[in-house]
Amino acid sequence: MNGLPLLSLLIAIPLIAGGLCLFLKAERARWTALIATLIDLALSLYLWAQYDPDGAQWQFVEKLPIGGGVSWALGIDGIAMLLIALTAFLMPICIGASWRSIERRVPEYMAAFLLMEALIMGSFAAQDLFLFYIFFEGGLIPMYLIIGVWGGAERIKASYKFFLYTLLGSVLMLIAMIYMVGAAHTTSIPALMAYDFPVEAQRWLWLAFFASFAVKMPMWPVHTWLPDAHVQAPTAGSVILAGVLLKLGGYGFIRFSLPMFPEGSYIFIPLVFALSGVAVVYTSLVALVQRDMKKLIAYSSVAHMAFVTFGLFAMNRQGIEGAMLVMLGHGFVSGALFLCVGVVYDRLHTREIDRYGGLSDNMPGYALLFMLFTMASVGLPGTSNFVGEFLSLIGTYHASTWAAVVATTGIILGAAYMLWLYWRICFGTQRNADAAAMTDLSAREWWLLAPIAVAVLWMGVYPETFMRPMRNDVGRLLTRLERVAPAGDSRLTLGKGAMHMDHGATH
Amino acid sequence: MGRFGPVLPELILSIGATALMMVAAFAGRRGSTLVGWLAVALLIGATFALIGAPSHAGPVFEGIVTADLFGAFGKAIIFPAAAVAIIAAHGWFERGTEHASEYSVLILFSAVGMSVMVSATSLISLYVGLELTSLASYVLAAYRRTDERSAEAGLKYFVLGALASGILLYGISLLYGFTGTTAFAGVAAAFGRGAPSLGLLFGLVFLLAGLAFKISAVPFHMWTPDVYEGAPTPVTAFFASAPKVAAVLLSTRVCLEALGPATDAWRQIVIVAALASIFLGAVAAYGQTNIKRLLAYSSINNVGFALIGLAAGGPRGGSAVLFYMAIYVVMTLGAFLCVLWMRDAEGRPIETIESLSGLSQTRPAFAFALFIFMFSLAGIPPMFGFWPKLVVFQAAIASGYVALAVAGILGTVIGAYYYLRIVKVMYLDEPAEPYARTREPVQGALVLLAAIVVSPLGYLLIGPLGALTDRAAGSIF
Repeated sequence: MNGLPLLSLLIAIPLIAGGLCLFLKAERARWTALIATLIDLALSLYLWAQYDPDGAQWQFVEKLPIGGGVSWALGIDGIAMLLIALTAFLMPICIGASWRSIERRVPEYMAAFLLMEALIMGSFAAQDLFLFYIFFEGGLIPMYLIIGVWGGAERIKASYKFFLYTLLGSVLMLIAMIYMVGAAHTTSIPALMAYDFPVEAQRWLWLAFFASFAVKMPMWPVHTWLPDAHVQAPTAGSVILAGVLLKLGGYGFIRFSLPMFPEGSYIFIPLVFALSGVAVVYTSLVALVQRDMKKLIAYSSVAHMAFVTFGLFAMNRQGIEGAMLVMLGHGFVSGALFLCVGVVYDRLHTREIDRYGGLSDNMPGYALLFMLFTMASVGLPGTSNFVGEFLSLIGTYHASTWAAVVATTGIILGAAYMLWLYWRICFGTQRNADAAAMTDLSAREWWLLAPIAVAVLWMGVYPETFMRPMRNDVGRLLTRLERVAPAGDSRLTLGKGAMHMDHGATH
Repeated sequence: MGRFGPVLPELILSIGATALMMVAAFAGRRGSTLVGWLAVALLIGATFALIGAPSHAGPVFEGIVTADLFGAFGKAIIFPAAAVAIIAAHGWFERGTEHASEYSVLILFSAVGMSVMVSATSLISLYVGLELTSLASYVLAAYRRTDERSAEAGLKYFVLGALASGILLYGISLLYGFTGTTAFAGVAAAFGRGAPSLGLLFGLVFLLAGLAFKISAVPFHMWTPDVYEGAPTPVTAFFASAPKVAAVLLSTRVCLEALGPATDAWRQIVIVAALASIFLGAVAAYGQTNIKRLLAYSSINNVGFALIGLAAGGPRGGSAVLFYMAIYVVMTLGAFLCVLWMRDAEGRPIETIESLSGLSQTRPAFAFALFIFMFSLAGIPPMFGFWPKLVVFQAAIASGYVALAVAGILGTVIGAYYYLRIVKVMYLDEPAEPYARTREPVQGALVLLAAIVVSPLGYLLIGPLGALTDRAAGSIF
C-alpha cells in the first residue's frame, strides 16, 4: 500500500469536520458536513479501488500501541470494506436529506452526524477488541442526541429506550471480551479469530455476544426499541439507523460470533433459526397492520434482518454471501424508503398512511422512484434485494428445509405489506386535497434518491461487483466453520442426468 | 534533613499551614485571597517534593509510616485535588461575610492528615491521620455557619463521623489486644498464623466498618447525601475528591498489607459493600432533584466500582483501585466545578437539576463540559471514564470473579439512566433562565483540563498511568 494511513483519515476527517461545525453558523455547518462526507466517500471509493480481492486478508493495516495492551489497530477485509463503502455512500445523502428539514440547532446536528460517521467507520475498521468496543458503544451517544433533540413528539422516551436497551445488550459483551483477552492474551481481532476457546466457554461467550448483536440487529423479541426509535428519529436519523447501525449487528456475527466461537455458534443454530423464523412471520404480520409509514418500514427491517441471521447461521457460502448482500441491499433500500417517507412528511407533516393517496397523479417522479424501492424491498429480480434474499434462502435450504420454508413466507408477506403500502399511497383516488396539492420531487430530492436507485439496480443486475471483494474472506470464514457446518436435511446431490439409452428409451 | 527527607511534603504543609494560620489571624478578611493562593502554592510545592528518591525510602520513624510509591501516588492525587478545592472556593465566599482565610488553612491540615493516611503502616498513625482529616472536614462542612443546612451538615457529619471513629477505634483495640502490636506487618503476621481467632475477626469487621463509613460505602453511606447537599459547594467538591481517595487508598493498604493473609475473611465483606454501593448508588439517584445530592449518590456508586478492584485483590486489584480513583477524582472535580458555576442573576447558587434545562443553547461550552463529565462518570465509551471501569472488571475477572463483574456492569446500565437524565435536561429540554456568567479564568482552565483528560484524548494516558499504578500497587506487596 502507500504511506498514508487511509483508515485513520477516514475516521479523522468527519471527526475534525464535526468539531469545526460546532463553531460555525448553520449554512456553513451544512456545507462543511456535506464536503467532509463527500471527501470520505471519495476516500472509501479509492479504498475500494486499491483493495486487492486476491491479496492478504487484512489490508491497509495500521497499528499503534496505546498502552495497557490496547492499540490503535485498524485494518479491513472485503466484508468490512463493503460496509465502510455503504456508510460513506449513505452519509452525504443523510446530510442532504437534513438540508432543509432541520432548522433548529443545525451546527450541533451536523456535528452529531459526523461524529456518528467517524464512530461507525471505526467500528468496521477496528482490529483491536477494545477499540472496537469503544467505537461500537460510542455510537450510542450521537444517536441518542439525534433522536432526542431533533426527533418527534415522543422523542425523549424513544431516545432513552434506544440508549438503555442497546447499552444493556452490550455490557455483557464487554465482560465476555475481558474474559477472552484474559484467556487468549491478545486483544487483536485477527488473532482471536483463529483462537480456539474451550467449547464450554464458547457457549457463554457466544451468548454474551449474541445479547449485544441481537439487540443491535435487531432480532425478535428484542426488537421493540427499533420501531420507537425509527418513528421518532428525524428522516436522516432513520436512514442511518436502518442503513448502517443495524448492520453492526450482522457485522458482529460475521466478525466475532462465527469465527471466534464456531462450536458455540453451532450449538445455538436452532435458537437463531427459531428466533429468525418468528421474526419473519410475526414482524411481517405486524407490518401489515401499521398505520404509520415509518413504523411499517421499521418492522419490515426486522423481518429483512432475519434473512441475514438465517443466511449467516446456515454456515455455507450461499448463506453468508447472501446475508452480506441482504445487508448491503437493505442498507440501500430501507434508507431510500425512509427518504421517500421523509419527502412526503416534509410536505404534509404526517406519516399517517390514510392521509395520502393517489400520489402518482401529482407526483409522478416520486411514484416512479418509490415504486422502484418498493419492488426492491419485495425482492423483485433485477433489484438488489433479490440477489441477497435468494442466496440466503438457498443457503438456509441447504442447512434446514423447514427453516427455509418459514423464511420464504417472509418474501410473500413482504410483498403483501409493501405493495399494499404503495397502493394506498400512490394509487387509488385522491382523497385529501392537501395531499393532492403536493409538488413533485425537487432537484435536491432527485439528487438524494437517484444515486441509491442506481446502486439498487446495479446490485440487482451485476452483483459480482459487490461479491468479488468478499469472496475470499467468506472462503476463509467457511474454512474456519468447516468442522461445525450443519450437514443439512435437504440431501442435495448434483444430478447425474441419466442418459436416454440407460433407461432404454427409443425415439 | 536525611531523617526528615521522606516526610518533606508533610513538613512543607504542616509548617506552611501553621504559618498561614498566623497570617490569617493577623491579616483578617483582607488576606483571604493571598492566603488561598499561598496555600495552593504550598500544595503544589508539596506535590513536587514527592518527586525523587526520599519518597521511596521505605519505613520511617520506626515503621509508623512508610514512604513508598503507593503513598506517593495517593499524595500526588490528593494534593492537587486539595488545591483545586481551594481554587474552587475563590469567588464563592466573597459575597457573604464568612469567607475568612481559615478555609484554606483547614484544607491544608486536612491534606496533611490524608497524607498520613495513605502512608500509614500502623494502626495508630492510621487513626491519627484519619482524625486530623475528619476534624478539619467537620469544620469545613459547617463552614457557612449562618446557613442552617450547612450547620446541619456539619453536625450530622460530626456525630456520625465520631460514631464511625469509635467503631474503628474499637476494631483497632481488638486487633491490638489479640495481636499485641499496632504495626501492619505484625497484624499480618498474626493473621498469617492459621485460622484467625474470633477476636481477630471481630477486630477486622469493626475496622472495615469504620473505614466503610469514611469511604461512604453502603451500608455506611447515610451521611453522604445530606452532608454533600448541605456543605458549601467547594467543600462538597473537596469531600468527594481528596478525602475519598485517601480513605479508599487507606482501606486498600489495610486490606492488602495488614489483612493480606485474611483475604478470604474480608473479601466477602468488600464484595457485599461493592455491589450494595453500586446498586444503591444507582437506584437512589433516580428521584433526586438536587444536583449535589445526585453527585453524592454518584460518588457512592463510584466507590462501589473501586471496591470491585479491591475485592479482586493482589497487585492487579490494587493497581485497578489506584487507576480508578485517579480518574474518578478528575471527573468528580470537573463536575463539581461546573456545579459551582450554577448561579442565578444575583450570583446566588442554584442546585436544582431543572435549572440546567436547555443549557446547551444558553451556554454551549459549559454544557459540553458537563456532558463529557456525565458520560465519563457513567462509563460510556468513547469517554475515558470507561477505561477505569474496564480496568477494575479486568482485575475481577482475572481473579475469577466473573459473576461479580457481571453484576457490577449491570449496575453501570442502571446508573447510566441518571447521568443520561442530566444530559437530557441540558440538551433535549427547552432553555430555562440562563445562569449569571462568572469570571473565573483559573477555574475555567481547570474544567477544560479535566474535560480533556476524561475525553477520548485521555486514552493516551493508559500506558503511562497504567505502568505507574502497577508499580505503585506493587510497592505494598
